[in-house]
Amino acid sequence: MASFYGFEPQNPLFLGTAQYPSPAILAEAVKRSGAEVVTVSLRRESAGGAGQAFWALIRELGVKVLPNTAGCHTIKEAVTTAQMAREVFGTDWIKLEVIGEDDTLQPDVIALVEAARILADDGFKVFPYTTEDLVVGGRLLDAGCEVLMPWGAPIGSGRGLNNPYGLRSMRQHFPDTPLVVDAGIGLPSHAAQAMEMGYDGILLNTAVAKAGDPAAMAEAFALAIRAGRQAFAAQPIEARDMAAPSTPVMGKAFLARKTAPA
Amino acid sequence: MTAARPRPGLKVTVVGAGVVGLACATELLACGAEVTVHERGPRVGAEACSWYAGGMLAPWCEGESAEEPVIRLGQRAADWWEHHAGGVDRNGTLVVAPSRDRSELRRFGQRTSHFEEIDGEAIAGLEPDLAGRFSRGLFFAGEGHLNPRKAITALAERLVSNGAVIHFDSAVELVDLEADIILDCRGLAAREVLPDLRGVKGEMLLLRSHEIRLSRPVRLLHPRIPLYIVPRADGLFMVGATMIESGERSRISARAMLELLGAAYALHPAFAEAEVVEIGTDARPAFPDNLPRLTRRGRVIHVNGLYRHGFLLSPAMAQMAAETALNPQATPEMLHDLAA
Repeated sequence: MASFYGFEPQNPLFLGTAQYPSPAILAEAVKRSGAEVVTVSLRRESAGGAGQAFWALIRELGVKVLPNTAGCHTIKEAVTTAQMAREVFGTDWIKLEVIGEDDTLQPDVIALVEAARILADDGFKVFPYTTEDLVVGGRLLDAGCEVLMPWGAPIGSGRGLNNPYGLRSMRQHFPDTPLVVDAGIGLPSHAAQAMEMGYDGILLNTAVAKAGDPAAMAEAFALAIRAGRQAFAAQPIEARDMAAPSTPVMGKAFLARKTAPA
Repeated sequence: MTAARPRPGLKVTVVGAGVVGLACATELLACGAEVTVHERGPRVGAEACSWYAGGMLAPWCEGESAEEPVIRLGQRAADWWEHHAGGVDRNGTLVVAPSRDRSELRRFGQRTSHFEEIDGEAIAGLEPDLAGRFSRGLFFAGEGHLNPRKAITALAERLVSNGAVIHFDSAVELVDLEADIILDCRGLAAREVLPDLRGVKGEMLLLRSHEIRLSRPVRLLHPRIPLYIVPRADGLFMVGATMIESGERSRISARAMLELLGAAYALHPAFAEAEVVEIGTDARPAFPDNLPRLTRRGRVIHVNGLYRHGFLLSPAMAQMAAETALNPQATPEMLHDLAA
């Protein structure tokens, strides 16, 4: 069981809280998925504490809250938003997101490392949204992060794991760091694929919130994550090119292989 | 729905002259009640979030994110508004997406019904000024729209000419009111008695352009920023509306403004030259399930939580409110609790 700053969820689904048809459907999705952590954005709802009613609904879900800095483009914005989140939700957890490119919502990894350092020094437990770049991952750990969250694909794109090789390398490169695939997940099979690689958790939002039946989809993700994790622990076989019969042929009548005439 | 049985002489006081209060007053007056309306603002709409509404009567489009009762109850709205206020345009709704967001159009189609898929030529047939701009769209022929400001003003005028009394600048306490039935239609201002109620902020713009003409609301799909443009008379266009989990009733952000103007510009570059006539902001009242509720507490009936569906759902909610007011045994479907 991976430990995220000392917290060991049975169910490592980190569920986003935006874009649901209603707060009631969001609550149902959290319940049916069994998610123990939800992420929430402060950025857009931050005007003078006027988002209090929605935040109260989030707190009433009774699960751990991972506030995020979604939509922040600069170090300063991200740090200020994190500090506000600590006040509002009474938690030192922060999902750090510093957007560098508006079309792909790709993280600005340079600013990310600097913001992570500032926040970690200030006592925050930082969950950085990053790419699968190994060097950046190392810098984030140096900055004080104890979790890394590489993207699967651009936020909201639902494309799954764009670079399985890169994600697998990351797992091998950081064997002892809790790793969460954050963003780009569209289907439960994508989540299962990441867990089969040995990832420790999945963070997603759109794939559930925009599904026809968000609560049922949330449960499907929880099942896939469980299946993927169990498969990883059970040590999957290696793929190979040749067929390998699973039933022995010794002692059975079989025809000699035809050979080409000499 | 069967009309409530008339009870002449019943004294009904409505608090709030937004779309819900005026629709309720209209239904009760039609049942023979003596209707008095108290509005805290100086005129119709001055303090009502319905003043900033799009006025789309689009039950099937709303089905993209709204639950079944909204789609069903909203279907009677166009007839009700035509009958009580006039001015309903029934030209349908056009839904389009830029070619790179074609998957949003598929998703919208999967979640909704009562539309036909149309190509660029058909889009140009419906909206000649959009010729060549979109190659795929969905057309919801059975939907309509109205000008919300004209509609609630017309309701208020008809109420007065039919014998109701409307007091403006009249902030009242429910407990002080003498009436057989009190309909509390204060929207977000009723939060202290309806603790589940929250505000969902919306920001909108009114633009004026004579370079482009539209005959029906156009919804522009976008994965992050879905917006709509509703044509009104005299070259006016309403561009709306953001949805932000916040009870704040003022202050448009630069980001919202960018999104709204960006959507208008993406629909047609002619909007770049449009005049910005008005910037509007308010908060919609919503319950956690984003569905409307009637709540009966003794002689008080709270009608609230119409969320982004004020014009679509106030006819059905007003009919249920009238039924509840006239018959203590009534249990219309959106009646939420009977706590005394």
